[in-house]
Amino acid sequence: MRLRQAILTAAAAAVLSVGAGTGAKAETFRWAFQGDAQSLDPHILNETFTIGFHSNIYEGLIRRDEDLKIQPALATSWEMMEPTRWRFHLREGVTFHNGNEFNADDVIFSFQRILKEGSDMGSKLAPGTEVVKVDDYTVDFITENPNPILHYEWADVFIMDKEWAEKNSATQPSDVAKGEENYAAFNANGTGPFKVQSRETDVKTVLVPNEDWWDEPKHNLTEVVFTPISSDATRVAALLSGEIDMMYPVPVQDLRRVDSNAGTSTMTGPELRTIFLGMDQMRDELLYSNVEGENPFKDQRVREAFYRAIDINAIKQKIMRGQSDPSALMISPFLFERADEFERLAYDPDKAKELLAEAGYPDGFQLQMDCPNNRYVNDEAICQAVVAMLAKVGVQVDLNAQPKAQYFAKALAYDVSFYLLGWTPSSLDSYNVLANLIMCLDREKTPIQAKFNYGGYCNPKVDELANEVLVETDQEARNDKIEEAFRTLHEDRGYIPLHQQYLAWGKRDNIDLVQRPDNQFMLYRVNVN
Amino acid sequence: MIAFIVRRLLQSLVVMLVVALLAFSMFRFIGDPVNQMVGVDTTEEVRENLRERLGLNDPVSVQFGRFVVNAAQLDFGISYQHKKEVSNLLAERAPATLELAFLSAIFALIVGVPMGVYTGLHRDSWLSKVFLTVSLVGISLPTFLIGILMIFIFSVWLGWLPSFGRGEVVDLGFWSTGLLTVSGWQAAIMPSITLGLFQMTLIMRLVRAEMLEVLRTDYVKFARARGLPNRAVHFGHALKNTLVPVITITGLQLGSIIAFAIITETVFQWPGMGLMFLQAIQTVDIPIMAAYLILIAFIFVVINLIVDILYYVVDPRLRIDRATAAGH
Repeated sequence: MRLRQAILTAAAAAVLSVGAGTGAKAETFRWAFQGDAQSLDPHILNETFTIGFHSNIYEGLIRRDEDLKIQPALATSWEMMEPTRWRFHLREGVTFHNGNEFNADDVIFSFQRILKEGSDMGSKLAPGTEVVKVDDYTVDFITENPNPILHYEWADVFIMDKEWAEKNSATQPSDVAKGEENYAAFNANGTGPFKVQSRETDVKTVLVPNEDWWDEPKHNLTEVVFTPISSDATRVAALLSGEIDMMYPVPVQDLRRVDSNAGTSTMTGPELRTIFLGMDQMRDELLYSNVEGENPFKDQRVREAFYRAIDINAIKQKIMRGQSDPSALMISPFLFERADEFERLAYDPDKAKELLAEAGYPDGFQLQMDCPNNRYVNDEAICQAVVAMLAKVGVQVDLNAQPKAQYFAKALAYDVSFYLLGWTPSSLDSYNVLANLIMCLDREKTPIQAKFNYGGYCNPKVDELANEVLVETDQEARNDKIEEAFRTLHEDRGYIPLHQQYLAWGKRDNIDLVQRPDNQFMLYRVNVN
Repeated sequence: MIAFIVRRLLQSLVVMLVVALLAFSMFRFIGDPVNQMVGVDTTEEVRENLRERLGLNDPVSVQFGRFVVNAAQLDFGISYQHKKEVSNLLAERAPATLELAFLSAIFALIVGVPMGVYTGLHRDSWLSKVFLTVSLVGISLPTFLIGILMIFIFSVWLGWLPSFGRGEVVDLGFWSTGLLTVSGWQAAIMPSITLGLFQMTLIMRLVRAEMLEVLRTDYVKFARARGLPNRAVHFGHALKNTLVPVITITGLQLGSIIAFAIITETVFQWPGMGLMFLQAIQTVDIPIMAAYLILIAFIFVVINLIVDILYYVVDPRLRIDRATAAGH
């Protein structure tokens, strides 16, 4: 009897020790963000966090590495056969999470799916582009016009399994208007480094590594638990208390708290997004202003006065607490190699007053400024500072700071005269900035030309240059044209660039990870030590 | 009694219609849902098409009519953001909110009533003064501040309790409960105290005031004169007679606990309906907002009804009044 008991005890101890052994090896990584990916459907929303989340599960033909350089992913190589015909060679032997093989049919299916109703990725493929299967592992893209940056945004065009989508009637992304739920919104079947084990929207998502991933894993995770935590203070507390290993964004005011806490630290760096001020230059009379019958912003001197009235270093020190890089350009210096050749106009309130007087406003004037208050880092505080700085040169600004839902509704109706906005070119290329913000606003065209040029800055010379940039395939010549376009805008003082805000991630010290300037989080580069 | 309930139910229908109408007239001012459903690169054409297909271009009256007709069939549509049926979403989230509200109410009662009795009986003891001072804090500090303070003390500093979430949840098919696991209980402690603190204070002060009132009445003096033990006088006679207002307030407050769990749920990332509602506001998810507001109106109406019925049970005078009134 006693012997039996002893054996049982020994056996139990052995089991326990084995359990403990595997427990030590299991590397669970817990992280949090302020919201959840909207859906698991990779084509449903063209938004940084959602795409970044999907990029750990799904893959595109290309992918971006930690420096945003283009790397082969599901395509191993590609070439421009002729200016309007590109050939992509697909990776062989890749399987989806459900075991189905990846081939050209899946690529064609996915590129068709992004054009369907309910998809938000349609803009990633130029209208009229034909996708042609050459053989099982070769696909041709035939475009209407030459496009030197055809594939730049394709790291975000995720490839789905055609058979899986057909079987689960998910050949189209969920369409809210039809009132139907969609299988692909709650289930995922990609080729990427992680598989979805369980998901409760807005509560918890558990990922496990894909053992059959085609690439060499550079992580040591065995499980990933993601929880959205919307309250800033709670998210910080969860990191400080060690309940999570990593979270972002860290609010600017909490950076020091996270750094001074034993065991946690922050990672910061300039984001690709440029924050800037725009001015209504299209109306003959400024809205919400006391100036009657004319629009002061039509005068280049007034725009320069506004530019010179803003003390960007004060904004950096006092409001951003050092977490920003003042910017002279409308694109991140990271994305345009000649950015060094541009310099901000110096802060000079006296000159600003002079310019205003020259333009006929010696006593300044009054106008309204529109500003989001929950979109960018400290957006409302930046606007308040701008209001105070302009007051010093005699311009009286009424600030209208609103949540992004209301702000963008107003801005997209072009109902703004002076506003703050941020922009990240989704193609990571200057043409995107030119086409969306700097070319002449043309609301008659479909799609609207330069839709986000809310102030209607317009210089035909820039339009001409931009159209040349679009089709120029020689890199140097292309850069020359981009530089000239940016130079013209700068001389016109068409916009007032402010800064690149910083990304701020918080993590425990035993976590190794890479921070990408586009704020996408690569789980497949995380190591728990 | 049955006529009374039926009349009340009809009234509640009107209340809910009014709430829905108010909600719909406000939705126009919170922004454009379509901008929250697509990325910046999406063309205006696609946006306009989506707006049209969602019926957002129709006049408010048409949208409201459509909503009422569908809601009458318990169809609240698909969430713009979650792409899931709103009724399913609410059903998924309701257990979290109801458990939290239930625990808070229990906490408020179990702590509030004895504290009220004690402070009523021992008006001048130092402990009463402590209770009253603490309760002042509970009533004057905003919920989110109490929540954040508790998180920093008990999660960050002491490391005893989790700062967010619901812990391990057991799914019973129709109900997901956190009350069957240790981590579930741990996760529930801070949110329920945060949410229940205000109610606790209210109940304590109410019971105290009522006790002071009742202890002065003749029947209590008579009970003492009969030589009944203090216990029997305090709890059998005095406390029982303070309960009518306490039931009213607790009942009505249960509605507010559920409705105002929004803030507590946000602070603790408690995955309930309130958190979902707040996120729905940020993303202009009209189907969720509409359904949630209707649901809350419904809960208030039902609770009011139950409180009224409980009056009948607790206070015999109401029954007699009604009976004599009917007799005339």
